[in-house]
Amino acid sequence: MTSEAITHGGAMNPEGDGWVTPDGRHIGPVVLEVKNITLRFGGVTAIKDISFDIREGEIRAIIGPNGAGKSSMLNVISGFYHPQEGEIWFRGQKRPPMKPFQVARQGIARTFQNIALFKGMSVLDNIMTGRITLMRSNMVDEAIWWGRAEREELAHREAVEKIIDFLEIQHIRRTPVSRLPYGLQKRVELARALAAEPKLLLLDEPMAGMNVEEKEDMSRFILDVNDEFGTTIVLIEHDMGVVMDLSDRVVVMDYGKKIGDGPPDEVRNDPQVIAAYLGVSHE
Amino acid sequence: MPEQFYFALEVALNGLLTGVMYSLVALGFVLIYKSSEIFNYAQGVMALFAALTLVGLQTGQVPFAELINAIFGTHLSHFGWQLPPLVAIVLTAAVMVLFAFLVERLILRHLVGQEPIILFMATIGLAYFLEGFGDLMWGSEIKKLDIGLPQGISETVESLTGKWFGYGLFIDKLDIAAAVVAGILVTVLTLFSQYTKQGRALRAVADDHQAALSVGISLRFIWVLVWSIAGFIALVAGVMWGAKSGVQFSLSLIALKALPVLMLGGFTSIPGAIVGGLIIGVGEKLFEFWVGPLIGGATENWFAYVLALIFLVFRPQGLFGEKIIERV
Repeated sequence: MTSEAITHGGAMNPEGDGWVTPDGRHIGPVVLEVKNITLRFGGVTAIKDISFDIREGEIRAIIGPNGAGKSSMLNVISGFYHPQEGEIWFRGQKRPPMKPFQVARQGIARTFQNIALFKGMSVLDNIMTGRITLMRSNMVDEAIWWGRAEREELAHREAVEKIIDFLEIQHIRRTPVSRLPYGLQKRVELARALAAEPKLLLLDEPMAGMNVEEKEDMSRFILDVNDEFGTTIVLIEHDMGVVMDLSDRVVVMDYGKKIGDGPPDEVRNDPQVIAAYLGVSHE
Repeated sequence: MPEQFYFALEVALNGLLTGVMYSLVALGFVLIYKSSEIFNYAQGVMALFAALTLVGLQTGQVPFAELINAIFGTHLSHFGWQLPPLVAIVLTAAVMVLFAFLVERLILRHLVGQEPIILFMATIGLAYFLEGFGDLMWGSEIKKLDIGLPQGISETVESLTGKWFGYGLFIDKLDIAAAVVAGILVTVLTLFSQYTKQGRALRAVADDHQAALSVGISLRFIWVLVWSIAGFIALVAGVMWGAKSGVQFSLSLIALKALPVLMLGGFTSIPGAIVGGLIIGVGEKLFEFWVGPLIGGATENWFAYVLALIFLVFRPQGLFGEKIIERV
């Protein structure tokens, strides 16, 4: 671990596994690890033998040009795709093939590149639905409603209101999400994912299609979420600039392969990464 | 003139109460369509099957009696017991849940992600299978459904309206009971979908499958839930229609009455199904009353469809259906 701590320019974590970042956040032990993942669609190989790990409390970016397989990687982690080869280890245990809803129940929340909100529902209802995995009352409780179910609903409402305040969307609480502008929809989607109190939060191009101001807002929220709740975040982005300021460690993908992995500064100067981004010929 | 007016009012009221029944059947369609984009052709047959099962259980019929008799040369027909209506209803509801579970397990699960037309075809197959299966299980003769629902003309309504307007309105007690039951059912469904965890999950699935999966909702569970609810609705519709006209094959044709309701109200709207049912119920009765005599009657068979067609031209998404936005 010592060598890793040195590359990250910080001190060792008191617990010994991980380190403290220059801005004082604690990066803990590995939460999720993908080992030798290969994913094929028919004859096309979207991901080739990729391995990396995600540590507790860090912001981990996956970057790469369009079509590099970043979203596929995220879909593998969230259970939407099932790789032909490789293993996924979550919190020290090898994960059997899982459906997306089972992954969500394990505490992995996500957002989508092309916003997948419940368009017919209000902002509040969308975020409440994000807490569905945390809701404990059963059908009998709900039929009776008074007592347990009611108390639970109130507790969840309170938690949701906190998230709404945190992401500064109080003013649109009751608005149907289909009426919101794009940037706000992205923020509501983040709120819904956060509502699940995830151990791991996967963000698929959270800043895609945003203007500069919206991008700055979103970056700030991502940093705040990580800082405030200690949420481990995996972030996909094709814009290199955004990621460098945001992330602790970066995986670089190109044509389905991993071509770089490390802290932003190190990755930025890697000739292979530069080549992928500037389109230098591969031979 | 007032005589005529009250008569028309009576017709309209009767239409309204019939409309409630249409709404009920349409509601079953809407629920399944919303949550899985399947147009469930079998909804009408489900009502028939539920009613058959209810009568069969209540009167202690031996299921598959004819089949068993044919194979083993026995002469079974009845167990010789009579179940209380409530027990029979609960048992039938349980059968409908089992049916929902089997539909998910044997059909839906294998057709995930297929074109809607394929799923539609599957429900057509399901409808005819269930029709035959119901026959085989409970026999094909017309059965009387009696769970103690009030029958006949309501004297209270007649005497009251007679006192107030000088004209006693003829309203069937069964129609009133059906309207009350339908009202309760819709209220409970609304509360369930708005304020409970499973209701919220159901709406989420209806809205966006991917998003629903990503927040931890199991589609399979929701499908079983939705088909169970559709089964309950079919049971209620089957009981009401069955009590009115006997439990027989024609019961499954009430689904045909739900189609214009859906065209009018939109396939995805619960309020649309209710309002659409009422409009068609009242519309077809009044049309028959006023225009029917002029063109030889029997307008009830087609009026609903013509009305729905005219409606389609102006509002293809239906009364409350989600607006169709064409993005270029």
